[in-house]
Amino acid sequence: MFDILLRIQRTGSLSKTRPHAMKSATPDTLQAKLHKTYGRALCIRHVDAGSCNGCELEIQALGNPYYNLEGTGIHFVASPRHADLLLVTGPVSVNMEEALRRTYDAMPTPKWVIAVGDCAACGGIFGSSYASRGAVDNIIPVDVVVNGCPPSPTALLQAIVEVTASAPRSERA
Amino acid sequence: MSMDTLEHVAFRLPSNVTVSRVALDAEGWRRAADSMQQAGAGLLTLWGSDDRDRDGHFRIHAAYLARQRLWVIDHAMPTGTTVYPSLATLFPVADRLQRAVRDLLGMHADGGDGRPWLRHGGWPESVFPLRRDVDPAQAHAIESSAYPFVRVSGDGVHEIPVGPVHAGTIEPGHFRFSLVGEKVLRLEPRLGYTHKGVAKRFESMRLHDGHRLAARVCGDSTVAFGWAYCSALESMTATVVPPRAVTLRALALELERVANHLGDLGALGNDAGLAFGLTQFSALKERLLRRHAEAFGQRYLFDLVIPGGVSVDPQALALDALAAELASIERDVRELRTLYTDHAGLQDRLQGTGCVGQAQARALGALGLVARACGLEHDLRADMPWPPYDQLTPIVAACADGDVAARVKVRFAEALESLRLCRQWLGDMPTGEVCIELSETGPGQLGIGLIEGWRGPVMVALESGINGGIRRCHVHDPSWQNWLLLEWAVLNNIVADFPLINKSFNLSYSGHDG
Repeated sequence: MFDILLRIQRTGSLSKTRPHAMKSATPDTLQAKLHKTYGRALCIRHVDAGSCNGCELEIQALGNPYYNLEGTGIHFVASPRHADLLLVTGPVSVNMEEALRRTYDAMPTPKWVIAVGDCAACGGIFGSSYASRGAVDNIIPVDVVVNGCPPSPTALLQAIVEVTASAPRSERA
Repeated sequence: MSMDTLEHVAFRLPSNVTVSRVALDAEGWRRAADSMQQAGAGLLTLWGSDDRDRDGHFRIHAAYLARQRLWVIDHAMPTGTTVYPSLATLFPVADRLQRAVRDLLGMHADGGDGRPWLRHGGWPESVFPLRRDVDPAQAHAIESSAYPFVRVSGDGVHEIPVGPVHAGTIEPGHFRFSLVGEKVLRLEPRLGYTHKGVAKRFESMRLHDGHRLAARVCGDSTVAFGWAYCSALESMTATVVPPRAVTLRALALELERVANHLGDLGALGNDAGLAFGLTQFSALKERLLRRHAEAFGQRYLFDLVIPGGVSVDPQALALDALAAELASIERDVRELRTLYTDHAGLQDRLQGTGCVGQAQARALGALGLVARACGLEHDLRADMPWPPYDQLTPIVAACADGDVAARVKVRFAEALESLRLCRQWLGDMPTGEVCIELSETGPGQLGIGLIEGWRGPVMVALESGINGGIRRCHVHDPSWQNWLLLEWAVLNNIVADFPLINKSFNLSYSGHDG
């Protein structure tokens, strides 16, 4: 136990050394912004609609001590019914089409959708075929696209902060 | 068909390892499977090809992994027929592979499970998308029907359905648990949710571009798949990759192994209730990824391995910084290993959980890391080393316990061994060019790439087409085999331990679904 405490003390707070691009988005300013919009934390649900697992790794990285997503008042939830924001990765495989629709439908409004990665943006290298519907936008309304293969955690974080600045497409429609 | 007879009639296929190929009739196919099993070789993969345009036949191909060689057995079905002898009674993994072959090509094994596997109703039962006369762009409306899971009956037996969408940021798949109280009586997975038509997509690509798709079959193993594809192509064209590129590829493969092992070690701590482990290991992984970005221009090494070499020649300064970071990570991993090992509460959760015995692992065809944690000391890097592993061979990590704790131990040992290999290569990096041009190759050539990725052996079978195109490309991820072990490992455990056991395997959905 003592060894663990010592190690924690030596590691210190790593989120102080955020990447340059995120300097404007300190945990405090982010938290204030989100609180203004929601009056509480931002809740995210992720669905892999056919990804290669590359984008998942970068989404998971948001939780590491350097990006410290939870520390900014953003957290991942286990049910779409608790979520404000849906992150979708991968081209939409035909085998995941129904699950993706159902997840989206289960979310309460207002709800935002971010298409994460080149495959979610346009189908990527897999394109459209007997097994793939291509872009996420072909299945559910998308508010913001984050390109990259995979996109960096910094790019993801910026999109998550920016997406809530305007009304979701689901509301506008 | 004894092994001696097979030796006699076999000819060598282009590959980075030793591969022998034999074409046999149905009887020979069956007897070869018997001989392979008796000789202790395991079925690595099965794939079909539609060669009706060429000679009127459908073909089925089996790859068997022996200790120091890969065997490829081909069987051309008589014209007008689509039936071949099932291998499911000899090799458990064959069942799902055969179901996948039938869903995509309409070729039938004469035994085994009749349910669809990759086809969930996204295309009609009468359409076989991988046949040459099926338009790749043709999409179909979904006609889903209930999947007949095997029902377990008895007093107090109930089911828990989980997925395809899971509670965390992970890939999709469905698990059907049958339980009594909390005890798992049976786990039946249904996979294929991320099937995105990789094999068909390959056939519209050129040989020199296919590595980009191979690299995205399974994103966490991008170096392994990319290298396997390039090895198949380079051996087909008799290309000798420059020494600096060979070393950089191996460096990338080991960095990929280290990054994945660090991620898993953290997640395993977390799933056992030690959040401290996740915080520590995810920070180590992040440090490594940032050095990747400095040295190779990206955090995950997609498309670093390209036909003829590598796409980036890292600066000496960036490699020095990487070496220093790896030394620092190595110290931290050693310290954390002691913390994990000495933590009684953690070990109490890991030891004896999700156990698979050695005999069972062998019978199910276990591969890679999971097999080594059951005491099966197989590692392609040591068993059939290709350059540069023929010069610097890793010490194979193994632990015979077969439980979650064993899979943690093997990860620690492998991460440290990979860091040792990286240190050696970084200290003695060859100079010179990092990529050379490939010569052209004619149609109808088959090349095999076989690489030990962080999960286990990754295989690419690549056949050239006309005008530099791809005629057929089959990829195989070791998760096909290891899903069977996971199903076995959870038996008689409590369902609440499933996340921990599952994480200790950390199998690929995308690599399996294709």
